[in-house]
Amino acid sequence: MEAVKNAVRMEGITKHFGSVIANRDIHLELHEGEILSLLGENGSGKTTLMNMLSGIYYPDEGQIYIHDKPVTIRSPKDAFENGIGMIHQHFKLVDVFTATENIILGLEDKGMLNVKKAAAKIREISARYGFEIDPNQKIYNMSVSQKQTVEIIKVLYRGADILILDEPTAVLTPQETEKLFAVMRNMKKDGKSLIIITHKLHEVLDVSDRVAILRKGEYIGDVETKYADQQSLTDMMVGRAVSLNIDRPKAEEITERLRVEHLTVKDAEGVKRLKDVSFAANAGEILGIAGIAGSGQRELLEAIAGLQPLEPGSSIVYIDPKTGKEQSVVGMDPLKIIRSGILLSFVPEDRFGMGLVGSMSITDNVMLRSYRMGRFNPFYNHRFPKQLANEIVNDLEVVTPNIDKIPLRRLSGGNVQKVLVGREIKQNPTVLMTAYAVRGLDINTSYTIYNLLTEQKMKGVAVIYVGEDLDVLLELCDRILVLCGGQVSGIVDGRNVTKEQIGLMMTKLGGGE
Amino acid sequence: MWKFIADFIPRAVVYGMPLLFGSTGEILTEKSGNLNLGIPGIMFIGAIAGTTGAYLYEHSVAELNPFLAIMIPVMCCLAGSFLMGLLYCFLTVTMRANQNVTGLSMTIFGTGFANFLGGVLTKLAKSDIANLDITRSVNYFGDGNHPGWLAYVGIGIAILTSLFLRYTRTGLQLRAVGENPATADAAGINVTRYKYLATIIGSMIAGLGGLYYIMASSRTWSEPQIDAAGWLAIAIVIFTTWRPAISIFASIGFGGLLVLSTNFPIGIKELFELVPYVVTLIVLIIVSLRKKRENLPPQSLGLPYFREER
Repeated sequence: MEAVKNAVRMEGITKHFGSVIANRDIHLELHEGEILSLLGENGSGKTTLMNMLSGIYYPDEGQIYIHDKPVTIRSPKDAFENGIGMIHQHFKLVDVFTATENIILGLEDKGMLNVKKAAAKIREISARYGFEIDPNQKIYNMSVSQKQTVEIIKVLYRGADILILDEPTAVLTPQETEKLFAVMRNMKKDGKSLIIITHKLHEVLDVSDRVAILRKGEYIGDVETKYADQQSLTDMMVGRAVSLNIDRPKAEEITERLRVEHLTVKDAEGVKRLKDVSFAANAGEILGIAGIAGSGQRELLEAIAGLQPLEPGSSIVYIDPKTGKEQSVVGMDPLKIIRSGILLSFVPEDRFGMGLVGSMSITDNVMLRSYRMGRFNPFYNHRFPKQLANEIVNDLEVVTPNIDKIPLRRLSGGNVQKVLVGREIKQNPTVLMTAYAVRGLDINTSYTIYNLLTEQKMKGVAVIYVGEDLDVLLELCDRILVLCGGQVSGIVDGRNVTKEQIGLMMTKLGGGE
Repeated sequence: MWKFIADFIPRAVVYGMPLLFGSTGEILTEKSGNLNLGIPGIMFIGAIAGTTGAYLYEHSVAELNPFLAIMIPVMCCLAGSFLMGLLYCFLTVTMRANQNVTGLSMTIFGTGFANFLGGVLTKLAKSDIANLDITRSVNYFGDGNHPGWLAYVGIGIAILTSLFLRYTRTGLQLRAVGENPATADAAGINVTRYKYLATIIGSMIAGLGGLYYIMASSRTWSEPQIDAAGWLAIAIVIFTTWRPAISIFASIGFGGLLVLSTNFPIGIKELFELVPYVVTLIVLIIVSLRKKRENLPPQSLGLPYFREER
């Protein structure tokens, strides 16, 4: 057996941000021609570590070796020169440019653009690794996975042989993920070395050769993927044994809380996004909503929250838990819904677009939900939101320097999501709707949120959970509504249905029966 | 009829040229993501700097050297507008001041300062009328009814800017800076340098518009309406959806409207002068209805860029 060669060796890497230590004395090796998974909870320093390889940050201490030669990486340009390319979680692309223009952006060659020559080289790269791409397509016409392809080609075009992918699958459908993994295996065959950051353990097991684990900024160890399973990886990541089973008790009393009938919604272009959707959400139940991304999940939740105009014939009826009185919410905007005493909480999928204000503090964001209390007092009450913000930070273990100074945008994605979910749950809702509540969260925090949702359910809240991970939907939800192209493909019992059945219903109405 | 057209077109060019210089400079600036509303003030400063140069030269020698008679006003104008562009960049790029506020204050400052200096010069000249005597210098810039050589320079600059933005690597990188500075930064492009260069060169081009207004169009310093030309130039930037080559026709067309308006009595004249702005509003409506991404302003226009901000 030949000796393993290292593409990357990081030795004793330490990085501080102010008084916070993001990485402490890390030793990491990436072998030539392997796929390494970098695993860790939110805030364990994975992205920081990778940013030091790609030239965004510079380590305070330690030395990086590329192909066993010591190097200094001070800028993205230095990283490219060492054959390192990073595909960031948030794409760095110019919307009005074509794929080609984006790919050649910033390259050294002077003078006139030779778009044709560049496009030919892009086609050649695509053919070699199995990408599907039109070099002349504009970025704004592309799907998320196409944009990601452009990012990957961008680093390959620059001749990178060490690729770092930061949560590449977070935005992809299962099919697109499969394609990406196929490409990654092709690149590995071609002798490239890859590092992938992902929270999804089954993907780690599927695609990588070796797994390296970080915890709270420290290097815990590595393990060959063939000797690992989900449980052992989670335990290493969290540092103690974690139960990966979601408790699914049955509530004693299940009553109808929200009745949706013949719901039809059209978008701005007049295309029907939801067609004749009918279902009931019950108190004491978690109703899961499954479907391929863009099947109408967003429109459904927004319609209930009063944010979408409904077509005639649609009906949404809310049943008051105390009096049993039925009340239609059709035609109400969110303020009217609040005023009429309906306690509806909504965790939208777009955190900063709809849920939170990035430049305001946690306390101020909490206050957005409650500032109308005491309507006749012109001054707002600061004490109550502060108390609530403290509760959220403590209950959900939000990592933040303070609650009323630092703008929310400065917190990591996972912590932001915790603030949003926490605020909505603390409203004591009777209906709780969540869209991708655990997107971007690590496994430990995800389970905290699943438990919170179950707790709400047991308190008699009607929970609607839009999710993308079928395994979780199957473990968490009492009933699952499957959407397919804006129509209800079926409503099934979460306790006795298989992943395959739901998968079929997602792609074909009624599961093709 | 032919005579009318043969008379009309050169005059339309004369009236349109300040607009073309102004809009070309502003397009170059905006492509870097800087919304420079200081253009009217910069054109004013360019104009008064050039005029001062011409005045001092003309009154210090008996016989004008043609080369110096042209170069002194041009260089003074470029220096004045260079300083204005540098000031704008220092405030908005380095100090990250608000671009709108900075631009508007520079317009107010430029207009006031230029008129003040113009008044001082007129007093110095001890002329009875409120006109400044630069009659010998202006002859080197045209005769008032014909565009003059500076107009060809203006058209040349507009065509070159168009080609630069479209076909060169540097042009592509400049557009990337204006669209998405974070992306440009990650691709190894020096965002600050691009913003400074584009804005300062843009200011200098716009400054030439002010010079043209005085030397080739009004041919004296007498309460010039350069700010009106500057605002119209900014409107043309939107009207042409950021295309300097189209601005050649738009500027001359709007210049023609201004020529026509001079033939009408007060009352109708003002209505005529409104037409360019109304047309710009209509173009804005059409552009937003068509929703074509290429016609929209650069995406980060007006926004400061911080590398550390998420």
